[in-house]
Amino acid sequence: MTELNDIQQQALKCAIQEGLPVDPRPYQVLADIIGSSEQEVISCIEKWINSGLIKRFGLVIKHHKLGYNANAMVVWNVSDELVDDIGERIKQSGLVTLCYRRPRRLPNWNYNLFCMIHGKDRSQVLEQLEQLREVCQLNEIEHDVLFSYKQFKQCGGRFHKQHPSSPSTPSTYQWNIEKKAVNHG
Amino acid sequence: MDEIDRKIINQLQRGFPICPRPYEEAAKPLGITEAELIQRIESLLENKTLTRFGPMYQIEKAGGAFTLAAMSIPEDEFDKVAEQVNQFPEIAHNYERDHKLNMWFVLGTENPNEITSTIQRIEETTGYKVYNMPKLEEFYVGLYFPV
Repeated sequence: MTELNDIQQQALKCAIQEGLPVDPRPYQVLADIIGSSEQEVISCIEKWINSGLIKRFGLVIKHHKLGYNANAMVVWNVSDELVDDIGERIKQSGLVTLCYRRPRRLPNWNYNLFCMIHGKDRSQVLEQLEQLREVCQLNEIEHDVLFSYKQFKQCGGRFHKQHPSSPSTPSTYQWNIEKKAVNHG
Repeated sequence: MDEIDRKIINQLQRGFPICPRPYEEAAKPLGITEAELIQRIESLLENKTLTRFGPMYQIEKAGGAFTLAAMSIPEDEFDKVAEQVNQFPEIAHNYERDHKLNMWFVLGTENPNEITSTIQRIEETTGYKVYNMPKLEEFYVGLYFPV
């Protein structure tokens, strides 16, 4: 079986960025668009998932719409020697949706470990935080909780075809961020 | 939204089959037909319960870059600066948070160099300092919202 060439791969990235066709044979629909076979499309998407280019393939929900109205960025000041260990503990806890190490920005910002807790309301998020502190033994660690008040914009990074008339060079595709203002009071 | 919609949302947040008849495959454990699953996904997209149904790209693997940045903006300037910042197409989401650093946004660019230049332009436009806090290590990402 042949592989998709570069132009077909770029076209496929663009074709699926807005979503998989809601059709009984979605990969065939994509194959028709980019001029390949269904099997080639399937193999290419599998390859992207295995390589990590596609982090996740599935539903992307509007979490506000589903009642997840509170989110807190919880930040910790962890000594550099302990940060890997504590990051790992937080990961294992299953109580957060994200956990990253980021640089401190002294003197205004001395936190280096960031995690997100999502919940239906603030009290639920704070309860989860208490659980997290207990389960991961974080009681001694300086931390802060930054709830969000207002969300101005939410959109994901995506492949965007800038010049539809000249799809021949990959450089005509760029990352673009859809402009969208969303207010949640 | 009924029990079946809930099951669909919970199951398909975890992933979607990559095979010739994926909707048929995904419908089986839900106890519904392929046609019903398709129809329900269409409705959930239409009433905007779902943002999208498809891939989440890891922008870094495609040569792009992401960073988290924060600014400290006086309350009476906040809306004006938010508008200035959001005009940059590189801004993904932007939240007001309760801290001295009160504006938090994610920047996404086509290549890593543009992060620095975009931050510079934001500082010039707004007159406020941007604190860049790129990801140094990822311990966990598991955006899963059971309903």
